[in-house]
Amino acid sequence: MADQKPSIAIEAVESGLAAQGYIASRQIATAVYLSQQIEKPILVEGPAGVGKTELAKAIAAWRGMKMIRLQCYEGLDEAKALYEWKYAKQLLYTQILKDKLGEVLGGAQTLHDALNQLHDFGDVFFSKEFVEPRPLLQALEQPGGCVLLIDEIDKSDAEFESLLLEILSDFQVTIPELGTISAITPPTVILTSNSERDLGDALKRRCLHLHIGFPEQRLEERIVESRVPNISQTLRRQMVGFIHEIRSLDLKKLPSVSETIDWARVLVLLQASELDTEIVKDTLNVLLKYEADIEAASPQITTFIAKSARSNVFG
Amino acid sequence: MRENIHRFFRAARGAGVLVSPAESIDAMRAVAEVGVSDRAILRDTLLLTLAKSQDEKLALGDCFDLFFSQPEPRQEQPEADSDDSPQDADQSPSSGAASEAGGGPPPEELGSLAQMLLSQDRNAIAAAIAGAAGAASLSDIRYSTQRGIFSSRILDAMGLQRLRDDLDELTVTNPALAERLRAALDALREAVRDTVAQGLALYAREEAENLRNEILRNAPLARIERRQVAEMRALIRQIARRLRERYSKPRKRQRRGHLDVRRTLRRNAAWGGVPFLTAWKRKHRDRPRIVAICDVSGSVAQVSDFFLLLIHSLHEVVDDVHSFAFSSHLIEVSDILESKSPEEAMAEIMSKVGFGSSDYGSSLVDFEKEFMSTLTPQTTVIVLGDARSNNLDPRADILRRISERSKRLVWLNPEGRLAWGFGDSEMPRYATFCSVVRQCATAQQLERAVSDIVATYQ
Repeated sequence: MADQKPSIAIEAVESGLAAQGYIASRQIATAVYLSQQIEKPILVEGPAGVGKTELAKAIAAWRGMKMIRLQCYEGLDEAKALYEWKYAKQLLYTQILKDKLGEVLGGAQTLHDALNQLHDFGDVFFSKEFVEPRPLLQALEQPGGCVLLIDEIDKSDAEFESLLLEILSDFQVTIPELGTISAITPPTVILTSNSERDLGDALKRRCLHLHIGFPEQRLEERIVESRVPNISQTLRRQMVGFIHEIRSLDLKKLPSVSETIDWARVLVLLQASELDTEIVKDTLNVLLKYEADIEAASPQITTFIAKSARSNVFG
Repeated sequence: MRENIHRFFRAARGAGVLVSPAESIDAMRAVAEVGVSDRAILRDTLLLTLAKSQDEKLALGDCFDLFFSQPEPRQEQPEADSDDSPQDADQSPSSGAASEAGGGPPPEELGSLAQMLLSQDRNAIAAAIAGAAGAASLSDIRYSTQRGIFSSRILDAMGLQRLRDDLDELTVTNPALAERLRAALDALREAVRDTVAQGLALYAREEAENLRNEILRNAPLARIERRQVAEMRALIRQIARRLRERYSKPRKRQRRGHLDVRRTLRRNAAWGGVPFLTAWKRKHRDRPRIVAICDVSGSVAQVSDFFLLLIHSLHEVVDDVHSFAFSSHLIEVSDILESKSPEEAMAEIMSKVGFGSSDYGSSLVDFEKEFMSTLTPQTTVIVLGDARSNNLDPRADILRRISERSKRLVWLNPEGRLAWGFGDSEMPRYATFCSVVRQCATAQQLERAVSDIVATYQ
């Protein structure tokens, strides 16, 4: 029975994500299933625009959980990612409570007594009320669990990576004044990376490593179908075929899934019924983001259209 | 199964995927979760938990396919021997008695291996080979020269000695049966050899590759054979990548001790200028500025390929690089190297100035006339060349001026120290104006030299 269950569960993940408009390959679904079972974060790598961030959103929507997003950038530190003391509030409170403090401490004869009394208050000003939770701490405090998306981790500094290790492996953070805070419900953690720099081994070791590349033609057609439902089948096949041809070129930035979807929307808007040289030339700037790329692709347009039309006939 | 997965971890290490104990525990947990019945899911699971990059995923995928295809050849092999034996059986009916393959239970007094072979129990044979391979610790195999010893170890573990005795005895008492047994033994040997070969492919890859790379790194660039050039390029690219990883991202370095008053005040404005948070002055670092001058003349033709490859990667690591190539006259090649792939760039540079006879004097004149302004007091100048100027005027005076205008002048020479100053080598004359002169004949020396240069700017 134990043998039978996983494949069904993985299919359930696949259809669950599909219901949110995210068409996942088998590998993606397996990763999502596993991360849930063995409580490990997923590190998603791949070119820009293949749906890394979208995956996290789809999981959150599917499970009906809140999504907390932490966008990484150079110089991100724990004050912005983890927690911060509310200095202003602390300062304000000490001012307001000044008189009260005077009253309480009035009974003390010597400085030593006053100090002892102060100690008895405990760390009033370093208690949970004065902690401003940032995304990472917020994620741990969600009672119903959540999806924590740590976006573009490769953009952050190496130091920040080490900061994440405690959260990723044990789902807890340590605040020196308060002690260790553990997650109420372990969040589902998704990290994304564009491989701008190599991540540390320690971080990689704690994650399931998922690489999302450009999808196969069939899969991409299904993605377009789910995202842009009102596009005709012939046009969809043609345009996906065309994009696969474009990806065979040596370009600075290859069009990825998000560009495919944008282009499909544009074609629907322009009420194109099928691809022709004219319309492709006019809308090529949706697909290719560099002048040099457009120049390199332009002479090939006619050939590619013919090719994609031919594959259409046989496919 | 657990045993099998553990052996797969070893195989994965052989394929160059580093599997730490913690990762293997995770993988085991994951496998326990998904079960082993569906091979596609198992493959995805192991790829997800063990591989940490796209390259590793590919390597591990291949490894997985190889590893789990293993049982098949084992089963085919005994099949081959069952093919053989019926032929024997076909021939033997005439002789009568011991005919009918597998029929007539093998005589009791034979050893277990002989009985197994004669009864042609494929599964039992396959299992016995696998068991013996485990006993002989086949997963420790590292070099192809060990194949013989592992084969004989496995056969010994299976009881070859007893089989030989049986065979001797049978030759006297029952020649027909002995013939069959001998054929079966040959087939068995073949099966074992295949098992060992597969084991070698699985477990020994990393070691062999390391050894080969090690040899290649220390081989003189000029004496690399044609078939090794592609591997060498890959190696240089690896070196370049390492350099890039180490140096491209400037590490944040703060020097505590000097308070930055302005930033501290501004940062603490929220609580009335009481300095809760302090800001410190950062140490200013020189940005690397490099001018590379590369000899591409006929005398260093083989090495200049690698030099250019390295300069190309230098362009990726360091922002401010100007590079020049010359044989009899000098041109700037920064744009070519920056905009093209290494292969294209090298071809273009070679077609423009390559393979001429070198003239260091006039090339230096070219440099002084047009490009002297690229030098600043922060610049490191790297000259790559053998300093063989065909007895023309070396113009060492220009090199002196270059050296005076720049921070450092590093000369990397592919020739050994012994050759400097002999024949038309002007090295001693140039060396007086260089901060460093290094011999740079192997990939390893090349890496050290460049790493040192970039490191001075960190």
